Amino acid sequence: MSNKTAQKKAVSRKDMTMRQWIWKEMKRNWVAYVMVAPYMIIFLLFTILPVVLSVVISFTDFNMLEMPNIVFFDNYINLFFDDDIFLTACTNTLIFAGIVGPASYLLSFLVAWFINEIPPKIRALVTLVFYAPSISGQVFMVWQTLFASDSYGWVNAILLKYSIIPTEIPFFQDAAYVMPLCIVVALWTSLGTAFLSFIAGLQGVDRSLYEAGAVDGVRNRWQELYYITLPSMKPQLMFGAVMAITGAFGFGSIVTALCGFPSVEYSAHTIMHHLEDYGNIRYEIGYSSAIAVVLFAIMVGANGLVKKIISKVGT
Amino acid sequence: MAKLRTRNHKVVLARSAGGDAGITFLLVILGVFMFLPMVYAISQSLKPLDELWMYPPRFLVQKITGYNYKSLFMLMGTNWVPFSRYIFNTVLTSVGGTFGHLFIASLAAYTMAKIRFPGGQLMFQTVQTSLMFNSTVTAITSFILLSAFKMLDTYWAIIVPAWGSTLGLYLMKQFMDTNVPDTVLESARLDGAGELRTYWVIAMPMVKPAWLTLIVYSFQALWQQGASNYIHSEELKSLNYAIGQITAGGIKRAGAAAAAQVVMMLVPVLVFVFSQSNIVETMGSSGMKD
Repeated sequence: MSNKTAQKKAVSRKDMTMRQWIWKEMKRNWVAYVMVAPYMIIFLLFTILPVVLSVVISFTDFNMLEMPNIVFFDNYINLFFDDDIFLTACTNTLIFAGIVGPASYLLSFLVAWFINEIPPKIRALVTLVFYAPSISGQVFMVWQTLFASDSYGWVNAILLKYSIIPTEIPFFQDAAYVMPLCIVVALWTSLGTAFLSFIAGLQGVDRSLYEAGAVDGVRNRWQELYYITLPSMKPQLMFGAVMAITGAFGFGSIVTALCGFPSVEYSAHTIMHHLEDYGNIRYEIGYSSAIAVVLFAIMVGANGLVKKIISKVGT
Repeated sequence: MAKLRTRNHKVVLARSAGGDAGITFLLVILGVFMFLPMVYAISQSLKPLDELWMYPPRFLVQKITGYNYKSLFMLMGTNWVPFSRYIFNTVLTSVGGTFGHLFIASLAAYTMAKIRFPGGQLMFQTVQTSLMFNSTVTAITSFILLSAFKMLDTYWAIIVPAWGSTLGLYLMKQFMDTNVPDTVLESARLDGAGELRTYWVIAMPMVKPAWLTLIVYSFQALWQQGASNYIHSEELKSLNYAIGQITAGGIKRAGAAAAAQVVMMLVPVLVFVFSQSNIVETMGSSGMKD
């Protein structure tokens, strides 16, 4: 008898098509849609729509003044085949992000891990020392004072004093030094949200796992890190990676503040700068949208790649 | 077999003294790298003019003076738009943006975390993916949109987009997932509380650390907004922009500029000092479960 009722229920559920069932669920939960609406509307308008619009505009020659014409892939063809500076910008971005992204990620994790190993009493203070540069606004400009091109710059003065160099090095105006310096400053400001997430993640690892590990023959902290800590922190590692990617590709404004725009011989010209050049200065909106789309594609690709790597951690 | 020792009746893995020393050493080196530029920035702001342009330059200030801070405030006084106006602008947009964001993002976060409805997962996935989209990349299309909404050159151009910030919703939703038990919500619903009531009376008081984190993040982002592409009236511009103008004043203003950098840095750093434990607690659930 009970079997029969069960069957009946199953049949009645099957009577509904998927679409009908979803529609019923939607009507039942109408309050939920009202509750997400304020956020979702603003999110769609100011975060998603700009991205979609960039893709659409990238196929036109829009310049803010005339009616746009559809030019299909012309912008992209020009970007990759006729624009030498774009190729420089691409190389610079890949070098910059390729170094700053992984380095800031590793640095964030290592420092968080070190902090987790020190006595709890001074943890908060040490965390502040490392986190402060990332929230200090314009203070990174102090690097420009430290590395000033004349002998009033502290680094130049020291190097001159000990006769390591014969004459001042114009650090931020010399193509050979611009990129490495920007990378250092970028790293200096990069212990941000991901770093805090790692700190919290390390504190949240289940203590009993360590005890079990010790019993099972984990011999030192490196093994503990590899076999216990890293696998239990996978979600944080994932989140940190997204933050590191966003950071590594979004450093344009710091570079501009340090080296000017455009930087000497385009030595620190990134895709971000190329985008600003065409968008804010030349008003070639169609072309600059194509640059934005390329940047998005690179970021999405990097994100996918990193996720694949992290999912292999500890297996 | 591992060497074991007990501390507070718990088995703890032995730490090698060499490892401890190595970690302390690396931490000190990195700490110096992080901290010295900060010290230099503060030291610069306390140097009298002759020390700022002394050869050879010294790292630390010798005769501490408050002159740079005084000249910063004097410069502020001579501005043709009164300085209090820039402060008002930044405070208004920071407060308006932050509280609007806190309210609507936590409402949506609660709904996505605790109500099962068609599309909820998809919405959250979209938000999570767009964590990496950075507003500078979409600056131009945002400009076109804001112009279409007639919001250019008003406070709304700063405030409304801040309401839709992705990181805030993400952190709040993750925190609610782990810290608001479904059973408590179920019993509230059985007692006849509507979803809005459950959200406000039951869930929100349980996630106070996350509120604070959202407030701090949103406030910091808004506090540091510089020259915006969306605002061109001088009397609507931000404090950070106005201070940037002083910093750009060249050699004559080097002292005031150094003081300005320290003033602008102090606010976010102090805010973080007072909210650190709450933020770290919120970050405990920030992980991405994919």
